[in-house]
Amino acid sequence: MGFRGQKIEMISDALKSKFDQVIAHYPSKRSAIVPLLVFGQDEIGHVSGELVEEIARRVEVRPIEVEETIGFYSMLHRRPIGKHNFQVCTNVSCMLRGAEEIMAHCERRLGIGHKQTTADGLFSLEEVECLGACCGAPAMQVNYDFYENLTPEKVDALIARLKKGGA
Amino acid sequence: MSDYESYLKGSPLEVQVISRRFRIPNITSIDVFLAHDGYKALAKALKMKPEEVINEVKNSGLRGRGGAGFNTGMKWSFVPRQSPKPKYVACNADESEPGTCKDRPLMEYDPHQLLEGIAIAGYAIGSHQGYIYIRGEYRYLMDILDRAIAEAYARGYLGKNILGSGFDFDIATHTGAGAYECGEETALLNSLEGFRGNPRVKPPFPAVVGVYGCPTVVNNVETLSNVPAIILNGADWYAKLGTPKNGGTRLFCLSGHINRPGVYELPMGFPLRRMIEEVGGGIPGGKKLKAVIPGGSSCPVLTADEIDVAMDFDSVAKIGSMLGSGGVVMIDEDTCMVKMALRIMKFYAHESCGWCIPCREGTSWLEALLERFHSGAGLATDADTALDVSYNMLGKTLCPLGDAAALPTISIVKKFRGEFEEHLKLGACPYERKAVAVA
Ligand SMILES: Cc1cc2nc3c(=O)[nH]c(=O)nc-3n(C[C@H](O)[C@H](O)[C@H](O)COP(=O)(O)O)c2cc1C
Ligand code: FES
Repeated sequence: MGFRGQKIEMISDALKSKFDQVIAHYPSKRSAIVPLLVFGQDEIGHVSGELVEEIARRVEVRPIEVEETIGFYSMLHRRPIGKHNFQVCTNVSCMLRGAEEIMAHCERRLGIGHKQTTADGLFSLEEVECLGACCGAPAMQVNYDFYENLTPEKVDALIARLKKGGA
Repeated sequence: MSDYESYLKGSPLEVQVISRRFRIPNITSIDVFLAHDGYKALAKALKMKPEEVINEVKNSGLRGRGGAGFNTGMKWSFVPRQSPKPKYVACNADESEPGTCKDRPLMEYDPHQLLEGIAIAGYAIGSHQGYIYIRGEYRYLMDILDRAIAEAYARGYLGKNILGSGFDFDIATHTGAGAYECGEETALLNSLEGFRGNPRVKPPFPAVVGVYGCPTVVNNVETLSNVPAIILNGADWYAKLGTPKNGGTRLFCLSGHINRPGVYELPMGFPLRRMIEEVGGGIPGGKKLKAVIPGGSSCPVLTADEIDVAMDFDSVAKIGSMLGSGGVVMIDEDTCMVKMALRIMKFYAHESCGWCIPCREGTSWLEALLERFHSGAGLATDADTALDVSYNMLGKTLCPLGDAAALPTISIVKKFRGEFEEHLKLGACPYERKAVAVA
């Protein structure tokens, strides 16, 4: 049972069994909080109130303790974001190889700025810190996929593909 | 997945120890790994006494590849083996120091080598559980590692009674969720326990009081990936690859203004000039080099006149910088150093966890100051103010993130003071004006 007796329906059986597996890795259940948030967000799209409740129940802490932890981590989103989240690195190695142009190009093409989402919910854009792709600079991640040695043309091709429903 | 080409261009000057299997097809599968000496070092270590394993690693001169360069065997020897508490190995795969992307190929192209290193570390310190704390952005690497871990269990290289030795050892991956600070070892431990990633007071050091209050060795991915080769080939062999007290090789990530960016494995002490000119193929467009970040953005920058240095921990320290995490970033003559300082500070201001006031306030003040200065609206006193604020952050925080923000700033203000004067005189960034004039 979830918040105020609501039934939790959005968490799939596959995710529940993943949760059980992850919790079993630790002597203290609380350790699983961040991984469960990440895996939950992957399935639901954001960290929903229900997800927080469910995780708190499973790791045996109060929901507020899960909330406290969430606030620290930049990859956790409390609200839905676009289906394809463009995370453009503008840190030093990327900056030296044209990351600012890539960021500006994404802004123009997607019509949104840093931490915004398109009206159709298809794209979000974020300027992020070093992604560990410095030798492939300029680089970005779209959700978990890396795109490196970027040019404006490569960005255009990617956007076109994603608009057509490609992965 | 990585754009393979862009990371492993290769160079005849490389000495491939930990990267020697990177180009073998399907090496992530355990059968292929076993056919290339895989898990032989673990089998050998399990026949040695734990103290012998620690001594071998100590004598090899292996020093931490995460940034601080502490002797690895020495760190292991600090774990109180007689303590009745469980002991842990925490592999630091948080890789987020700007300019650094070398743990990534280690996990992508040879995950079993890392697992083998972690298991040997576990045996040496009397641990039965290892965690790989991996940054959230590296999800595909976590999948690769999880598959490798499952294979290792299935073949008896992890789990109960490994190779009939009576030694039990488990490894699990643990994902972070976006926070540079969680790469700092004590913040990592808090994060691993499910808390916010704030740092802890040291001492006690993690080797004595780590995760769950138990002795914990925290080591970088590259550090642990070196362990199997040391056990197989011996401490002397490894030590001789490098310079005195700086054993072995190191993965250097050449990025920024360089013709052949990539990850190259070179002996410790390899000359920086040759790294830039011969390994990296020089600066694009025939431009002149202006500055080099020798080991990730936390390190004081070197000027083009300072590149005749051997890239080992002690030699780089001698000229006032750090070997750091192996991220070598080249900066050409057309780059504005005020802007570099600003971008670096923006990063630290964003990543400061806010726990210690000198770091939290210092980084945001400096970001605002540098932003204003770079736009041309700076004051004549700003450069000195930046130095003053930076010096007041040094050594005044629980973890070295405050230092990591202050050190590059101090180096840029001191070594490129002329560029600050120019901004002041012009009331604008001279480099952006140049760019406009050319366009
Ligand atoms: C702010 C900060 C971030 C750090 N990030 C990392 C990191 O991403 N990966 C890493 O291995 N070490 C990182 N370190 C260094 C660790 O604190 C620690 O020294 C290291 O993991 C120890 O392993 P080693 O001895 O094998 O280098 C960081 C340190 C600081 C202060
Ligand atoms: S600086 Fe952009 S990925 Fe490292």
